[in-house]
Amino acid sequence: MPPKPQPDSHQAPVVQRIRVRYAKRGPLRFTSHRDFARAFERAVQRAGVPVAFSHGFTPHPRISYAGAAPTGTASEAEYLELGLQARVDPDDLVKALDAALSPGLDVLEAVEAHGGNLAERIDASHWRIELPGIADDTLEAAVAAFQDATEIPVRRLTKQGWREFDARSAVARITRVPIASPVEGAGCAILDLVVRQVTPSVRPDDVLSGLRVVADLELPVPPRATRLAQGLLTAQGDLVDPLLADRDGAANGAPPA
Amino acid sequence: MSTVASIFPALERLLPLVGKPIQYVGGELGATVKDWDAASVRWALMYPDAYEVGLPNQGVQILYEVLNEQADVLAERTYAVWPDLERLMREHGVPQFTVDAHRPVRAFDLLGVSFSTELGYTNLLTALDLAGIPLASSERGDGDPVVVAGGHAAFNPEPIADFIDAAVLGDGEEAVLEITAIVRDWKAAGRPDGRDGLLLRLARTESVYVPRFYDVDYLPDGRIRRVVPNRADVPFRVHKRTTMDLDAWPYPKKPLVPLAETVHERYAVEIFRGCTRGCRFCQAGMITRPVRERSITTIGQMVAEGLEFSGFREVGLLSLSSADHSEIGDICSGLATQYEGENVSLSLPSTRVDAFNITLAEELSKGGRRTGLTFAPEGGSERIRKVINKMVTEEDLIRTVVTAYSHGWRQVKLYFMCGLPTETDEDVVQIARLAHEVIRAGRAATGSKDIRCTVSIGGFVPKPHTPFQWAQMASPEVIDNRLRLLKQAIMADRSLGRAIGYRYHDGQPSLIEGLLSRGDRRVGAVIRRVWELGGRFDGWSEHFSFQRWVEAAGQVLPDLGVDLDWYTLRERDELEVLPWDHLDSGLDKEWLWKDWQDAVSGYEQDDCRWTPCFDCGVCPSMDTEIQIGPTGRKLLPLTPVRSGLKVG
Repeated sequence: MPPKPQPDSHQAPVVQRIRVRYAKRGPLRFTSHRDFARAFERAVQRAGVPVAFSHGFTPHPRISYAGAAPTGTASEAEYLELGLQARVDPDDLVKALDAALSPGLDVLEAVEAHGGNLAERIDASHWRIELPGIADDTLEAAVAAFQDATEIPVRRLTKQGWREFDARSAVARITRVPIASPVEGAGCAILDLVVRQVTPSVRPDDVLSGLRVVADLELPVPPRATRLAQGLLTAQGDLVDPLLADRDGAANGAPPA
Repeated sequence: MSTVASIFPALERLLPLVGKPIQYVGGELGATVKDWDAASVRWALMYPDAYEVGLPNQGVQILYEVLNEQADVLAERTYAVWPDLERLMREHGVPQFTVDAHRPVRAFDLLGVSFSTELGYTNLLTALDLAGIPLASSERGDGDPVVVAGGHAAFNPEPIADFIDAAVLGDGEEAVLEITAIVRDWKAAGRPDGRDGLLLRLARTESVYVPRFYDVDYLPDGRIRRVVPNRADVPFRVHKRTTMDLDAWPYPKKPLVPLAETVHERYAVEIFRGCTRGCRFCQAGMITRPVRERSITTIGQMVAEGLEFSGFREVGLLSLSSADHSEIGDICSGLATQYEGENVSLSLPSTRVDAFNITLAEELSKGGRRTGLTFAPEGGSERIRKVINKMVTEEDLIRTVVTAYSHGWRQVKLYFMCGLPTETDEDVVQIARLAHEVIRAGRAATGSKDIRCTVSIGGFVPKPHTPFQWAQMASPEVIDNRLRLLKQAIMADRSLGRAIGYRYHDGQPSLIEGLLSRGDRRVGAVIRRVWELGGRFDGWSEHFSFQRWVEAAGQVLPDLGVDLDWYTLRERDELEVLPWDHLDSGLDKEWLWKDWQDAVSGYEQDDCRWTPCFDCGVCPSMDTEIQIGPTGRKLLPLTPVRSGLKVG
């Protein structure tokens, strides 16, 4: 019998790695991570990005994602890394990819990788959550109750069924954002959160469940959450931009990874 | 007229509460949003199934693009919403909306609905109801859109005659523009004679069927006595439309690329339309005649531009029997060469059982990706294959699958039908023998036990405008019993049976499809009752309820002197007036009857592409002709697809 066909293994090697920050905005915040990944692969194709492919019977473009905001939440700080088979200018890449994606899925910046692991530079998220129909003092009181608690058990329906976990310990910071103009912000309180990325993950809606547990905070309309930043949480409570090291590397003329 | 506002702010609040919200958001690549006030004619186009099924539909994509290319025409799309969103929309008063600009469907001039299958009828009712459009066309007023049905099921729209205002048979590219022109003129003239005035203008074209202008009389035994126009100038018969020059209509040029996951993620190009293989069960093959090929050069151009525009990495070369294109060899080798090393995969829905198919499949897998191989012998015994005119011998089949196995395929799929006219238990059990033979021969040829085949069984449904339109269906009990016997026969030899996968559907859904396919206007009451009882998404096994259909039929049909069995299990005779006799697919009814008689006696019919005309009637009555190659041209040497980043 003839030998089993072997997959072609002459895929071109990776010569450049580029890290990209992108946003999920407006109505397209309802894009799931899988949806985004498919759309991004096509954008790579349409933009003529010389992406490298994996070996095997079904070669896949070399794109790896660092985490993903939950479906329905917007984000200004999502990250991925691209393996390329030819070198490109990162700024040209931003323009080409952004033009190839639907408005609302926006590519914001790209830097050439200078070593390290992108995923290891992220352990926390900064969230802003708009709560239409909630008064400022109501939220203020709920936040205080949340801060005072040491443990807040919440439940979420997962594919494996209902799961119970603590929503308090992962929250590094929880504050109400004062609204500059009270007229403009009337009837819409804003919550600011820094949450550690732990397992099981604590998402913005889990924190809102926590506020319901500690302060009976009921939301008349679905909230709108936006991830503002991701990075490593410092002792001072700030987030270190995960692309900072690569940007510094490029500035110092260090060899790319 | 003031601008129609987007309902998105109201919808947006519901989206966090439903499954896969992205399907309701729009924003696809290739989508068009136009200025409402600048348009003189506005179409809402609906595919009456979930977004994931509806978005890839070629018919809707083509019409959407053709219409939006007109400067003063606006076309937007709408799909069936899942029950979770339907419930919330009712609760919060959000109407059926388009996904493009989220405009309410009721604000459009026309609602065009494309029916690939009759199982979408209940979804039409949901959409109408959510839109605030009266279900009965007789209750609609000047503020309601004109509801137009198209697609293959429109060749017998009688079961939905009460719910639609009009139906168009056949190809839509040109028809949709002619309807648009009529609506434009009628609006510009100040809407003379209102809604009926417009419908009359449409009916007089002789290619738009307006059910309300026809009366149906019945005989005491329930059969139809006659169907006649009730207005002057309305034609006795309505004719199907045929787009002759496919090269002049190279759509979709800008395929819709969804964000949500859909059933087909590929750029699809129709390489020809029509089929004259003459499989007697196949409605598509009968109603889309004659064969009209798209030229190799247009196909090459469409693939290049479609991939460039969309970023898809898969191309589907579609038609009813793609290996039959007169230049398929050159098309496949040309495309495979063009895209070698580009990580683009090419697929050809392969149903023809011959070794040539494997040559093509090998050619297409040059780029690295290997698609599955499916063959459709359709019938298990030589005898039944003669009845259905599927001219495949057992030797052909064995030779073909052995070739596939020895060229490295480890798995082939074989497709069959159950419940065919004249079928006996033995005909179905023969499928097991055939599958055993396939495995035995495959093992002998490869020396390996590591080969498999999957036997997939579909239920036969007699369709209008086919030689089997007179046939009785087998009851679900008979079907289910045959499927059980087949399973036993496959597993009777455990060694061979282990290598055979077995997939089938039980007989109940087919019976309902049969009711809807060959039903008349009285069936409309059943559809409405099923919908009132909660029927939605009948094409989905998890939503379909046979019991609900039986119950609804039992509630409304006896008063009309007929019942479910009467529509499905009864054989019709030659002189019976069929509900679709006044709808002209071009096929000569006498020829269809003769072919039906040939079927019963096991005579086969050749393909008129390669043998003389056998007078099915289509070409002379429709003033059309077979258009096939070879053109002798080659796939154009196109410019390299990849030439660096596209910036600005």
